[in-house]
Amino acid sequence: MLKECSHQLEVVAFCCRHCAYAAADLAGGARLSYPTALKIVELPCTGRVDVLHILHAFEDGADGVLIAGCLPGTCHYLKGNLHARQRVNHIRGLLEEIGLGSERLRMVNISAAMGARFSELATELVETIEALGPSPLARISHQDTQNGI
Amino acid sequence: MIVAKQKELAKLKKMLHGHRKVLAVGCGTCVTVCFAGGKKEVEVLATSLRLASRVDGEALEVDETIVQRQCEDEYVASLEERIQDYDAILSLGCGIGVQTLADRYPDKRILPGLDTTFMGRPSEQGVWEERCQACGNCVLDRTGGICPVTRCPKQLFNGPCGGVRDGKCEVDSSMPCAWCLIWERMGRLGLMEQLMELEPPKNWSTSRDGGVRRIVREDLRLPEDDGA
Amino acid sequence: MPSPGLKSGSALERVLAAGRFAVTAELGPPKSFDAGVVRDKITLLKGCADAANITDNQTGVVRLSSIATGIVMANDGLEPVIQMTCRDRNRLAIQSDLLGAATHGIRNVLCLSGDHQSAGNHPEAKNVHDLDSMQLLRMLKNMRDENRFQCGEEIPGGGPPLFIGAAANPFADPIDLRHYRLAKKITAGADFVQTQIIFDMPLFRDYMKRVVDMGLHEKVAILAGVGPLKSPAMARYMRNNIPGMRMADEYVERMTGAVTGIDQDDKHARRDAWQAEGIKICVEQIQQIKEIEGVAGVHIMAIEWEAAVSTIVERAGLLPRPEVTTT
Repeated sequence: MLKECSHQLEVVAFCCRHCAYAAADLAGGARLSYPTALKIVELPCTGRVDVLHILHAFEDGADGVLIAGCLPGTCHYLKGNLHARQRVNHIRGLLEEIGLGSERLRMVNISAAMGARFSELATELVETIEALGPSPLARISHQDTQNGI
Repeated sequence: MIVAKQKELAKLKKMLHGHRKVLAVGCGTCVTVCFAGGKKEVEVLATSLRLASRVDGEALEVDETIVQRQCEDEYVASLEERIQDYDAILSLGCGIGVQTLADRYPDKRILPGLDTTFMGRPSEQGVWEERCQACGNCVLDRTGGICPVTRCPKQLFNGPCGGVRDGKCEVDSSMPCAWCLIWERMGRLGLMEQLMELEPPKNWSTSRDGGVRRIVREDLRLPEDDGA
Repeated sequence: MPSPGLKSGSALERVLAAGRFAVTAELGPPKSFDAGVVRDKITLLKGCADAANITDNQTGVVRLSSIATGIVMANDGLEPVIQMTCRDRNRLAIQSDLLGAATHGIRNVLCLSGDHQSAGNHPEAKNVHDLDSMQLLRMLKNMRDENRFQCGEEIPGGGPPLFIGAAANPFADPIDLRHYRLAKKITAGADFVQTQIIFDMPLFRDYMKRVVDMGLHEKVAILAGVGPLKSPAMARYMRNNIPGMRMADEYVERMTGAVTGIDQDDKHARRDAWQAEGIKICVEQIQQIKEIEGVAGVHIMAIEWEAAVSTIVERAGLLPRPEVTTT
């Protein structure tokens, strides 16, 4: 078992610079904390997120992935956030088939002014991932390490 | 175009069971255009298989490559060296591509990653529909350009049958009745009278029923080396 | 050989040739190979109809074959109308089976495309559809009249004496073309047609009017399809689930209303009330149909309720059936 597991949880957050990234900035400025497990990647739009970005994130050790985009109707590029939502729904199905579980991927929509909300959502998601435990890949490689492989 | 779709991940895992190093080979023509086996699809599938394998506690290696046309020897020849490193090849080409690889590399296990489904067209983004069954004896001149062999599940030549409901097919209510479409189209063309004539039984020997088909174009064959 | 002027000499043909209002019924074959079940049904139908159809793997569900059932019937004195679909057999099997049927004295054949197997209990089967129902009609006509197989070869000893039937559906789209389709079936070779079950009388009258205007009723014997409803659920099912079917609201309402005043929990009384209303409606329909110009008879489809047929024909004034013998 994972008795002295020092696995550091990692949740990669792909954030649109026009909303979520700005909100995260706001949270930081207002000293509203969000978990250190959240690693933010800035994008011009969530529409830029590709299925491979998400799969490679998991392949490289992420325990969860968050996509944070603008509120519907306010996307700077008009429909990028809607395409992202459709893509995320499809990828959640793929993650189930792979065996990683769909709950490790989540998409949220917020505005640049919602600093507190960003902090809330980030905390919620990290707590969800904590409850799920580290990615099955981390458990397995940890097990390998324990077994001296 | 040839339209195909990927087999389910669970089925692919089962097929690859027992193999350790696999090369996923895509094709840059038909299956690229229907998003089943192009470069991107190969990458996503290979990554998914690697991830799924690790989740299962195994360590399947899946590498990725693509050839321009998997049905032609000239393109498939380029894999000669690389293919030696793998104990199985997962083809993401259509059934023709799989067989071309298998014929060329008979000592390698070649596995089909796709189900080749039909010849059809994209009717809207993300949707493909069957349009041709390669019956070998095209009747589209007599049906206003709508194929009864493909679009009528009963392959009627003197339709419609009595199962039409609201202009839709009894087998699939999301599909229009092909014969309703044919009557309408022939009507528009002023050719409805033609449909009153009995279309005689089809000669199916030109379709797959007659056996494996072959076309030989003597005018295109390379001349024999010896002489004039 | 049939008498001069007759194509097959079957009892059904003789009744129609004599200008009498014909009655055909349906005998549903069992899923088993128990001839006893068939004989029980023969007992229920004998004397009530001039001939009885046997369906051919109807709705894509495997049952005792139409021809085999027809042989039992022919031997027991109830004239069969075998049904042949294009779904399960190619032109070789069809011609071969017809020669077989003729060997056993079977004369009446109904030609159908067949329900698609996806609706049945063997949806993974390969379907055939080498021919469609129109081509089948023409092939049978040529076997009988030209004494030739479909490939053109002569049939030694001549072709089978067949009375050839087709299905007609006045209610399926495209509605405006259904009488043209009937004309085409007649040209192809139909001697008689049985229509889809009628639960929209105005639409049927309309259809018959066009048919009569075109003179088609003189070229083919039209038997109007009727059948007793068993319950409002059955009426609703037919309205919603059977392709090419029209069900007027009045029938659903009448069936629903049949159990007013009966205790909700008295299942037997409710069933009896529904069945009584179903038979009543059927009898009324037959009486209405008898008045429509161009109709040569009725085809009574009492699905898994062959027992109802005798009641229906009696109340509709169709008994006794004329005594004719097949020659």
